[in-house]
Amino acid sequence: MFEQQIINGLTLGAVYALIALGYTMVYGIIQLINFAHGEIYMIGAFVGVMMVTILGQGFFVSIIAAMMVCMILGVLLERVAYRPLRKSTRLAALISAIGASIFLQNAMMLWKGPQPVGFPQVINDAIYHIGSVEVTKVQLIILATSAVLMAILNYIVKYVKIGKAMRAASQDYDTASLMGININRVISFTFAIGSALAAAGGVLVGIYFNTVEPLMGVMAGLKAFCAAVLGGIGSIPGAVLGGIFLGVAETIGIAAGFSTYKDAIAFSLLIIVLLFKPTGLLGKPIQRKV
Amino acid sequence: MSAFLESILDPYYIQVLTLLGVYIIAALGLNLITGVTGMFSFGHAAYFAVGAYGAAILTVKYQFPFYGALLAGGIMAALAAVIIGFPALRLTGDYLGIVTLGFGEIIRVVFLNLDITGGALGLAGIAKESSIVLVYTLVLVTIYVMYALQNSRFGRALVAIREDDIAAEAMGINISAYKIKAFAIGCFFAGVAGALYAHLLLFLNPTDFGFAKSFEFLCFVVLGGLGSIPGVILGTSVLTLAPEFLRSLSDYRMLIYGALMVLMMIFRPNGLLGGVDLQRLVFKNKYKSQAGRSTAAGG
Repeated sequence: MFEQQIINGLTLGAVYALIALGYTMVYGIIQLINFAHGEIYMIGAFVGVMMVTILGQGFFVSIIAAMMVCMILGVLLERVAYRPLRKSTRLAALISAIGASIFLQNAMMLWKGPQPVGFPQVINDAIYHIGSVEVTKVQLIILATSAVLMAILNYIVKYVKIGKAMRAASQDYDTASLMGININRVISFTFAIGSALAAAGGVLVGIYFNTVEPLMGVMAGLKAFCAAVLGGIGSIPGAVLGGIFLGVAETIGIAAGFSTYKDAIAFSLLIIVLLFKPTGLLGKPIQRKV
Repeated sequence: MSAFLESILDPYYIQVLTLLGVYIIAALGLNLITGVTGMFSFGHAAYFAVGAYGAAILTVKYQFPFYGALLAGGIMAALAAVIIGFPALRLTGDYLGIVTLGFGEIIRVVFLNLDITGGALGLAGIAKESSIVLVYTLVLVTIYVMYALQNSRFGRALVAIREDDIAAEAMGINISAYKIKAFAIGCFFAGVAGALYAHLLLFLNPTDFGFAKSFEFLCFVVLGGLGSIPGVILGTSVLTLAPEFLRSLSDYRMLIYGALMVLMMIFRPNGLLGGVDLQRLVFKNKYKSQAGRSTAAGG
């Protein structure tokens, strides 16, 4: 029973981790809480549904298409709503992010209606037994897809030139630009990657729960953000760790009978962790100079 | 006075204007926390909810007099703020914002699960007590208190903390004590506003007090101009009345509301009245003549 909850938790946690990566990368570079990120995830899920229902594509094509669309959307979002505010206060950028989030939610609601839309079955519901644990094919695909995407991200950030530029920019924004790094390009690229990962998360959740709706990004975005902070915001391994930790904790909490308190579990954990480790599990301590 | 206003104004407008007054009180409370002291609070709706539920439960279930419940609502919110503030206010910046957001959501979920609050069904049967005159009287009181606070030793200490907390501490300001006091006072006003809200809308549901509401309060404050009392009043008025004016656009209302928020921030990143010193605008001539006199005396 416990092992079963771990598998379910890992599945949920992998999706939280995919969304959390976008938050953490953006925060690492421009210290902005991108509140519209949950909406990108929601739009990714809708693109996935449309690819399947209207164009009749399979899982693979749908997820790639959703990632492409959201990449463009993420870059556009940054251009329109965040770039003009880069030199202003953080609260101003935050309000702009909230405005963008309200805009995207309502745009989708106008287009598709507020009702949940069913996600057609694209993966058969085969069940595998490993010992006493049941794993569905959908869960395996979610775990495998997340693992592949995170491996690609790790490769890009560590070994590709633009990934190195991202790391440099997150360490010291001004010095990085003095070293000839085109900061605008790096930020656009960060938004593109983060949005693509969120879109993949959206499609995976759609397949897992068989339904998508215009407000699905709100809670998922908030929890993924919690995951990013929990792991130490700005840290890529931290986001993955935080996401998985949160997913497992939430699943176990629900199994233990706290399902009505489901949404409070993530926040309680976050608060407890932050009180003991104010910058998250893998976050670097903030040093302040007078 | 109330009867007179009701005879000349549509009841719907009275309701909207009264609600605006309630929001102004809550937003001024948040302004003291975020605008004056510089502490991010993304959970203001939770204290608003504590006041609303606290007061409504007292009047509905324990037949408390309304004014007593109003004060009790404020005090309960302030107490909640102190309890939450003690651990949370050690954090700063975005982390504090996130923790307050988390506490806000936890309070909402708790209200959703308690029996005394009516859970997801909501709390009904609240008597209508918040008249437009009462609400605006309290708005005036709040404005007065905020001005008095900001221009006192206490208020100046808060501004010092906002500008540079290390320097403020070096100057002998007990940062944690001041932060908690400011947080409690700000939340007290949220609680009073919540109590008024409960006795205006007559029905409470935990879903109305989610983080969307907290961000709404934050938008009131930031859009108007952080730290500026006239700015906060203007920001609250614009954002509360805008959806009413946009009502003719029906379905596109919230879409435009979101776009407006982005545009207003892009064109006025410091808020509508941010960086505008109203006192100086109004008393411009007085300052000028004084300045003229002093140079004349000097020369």
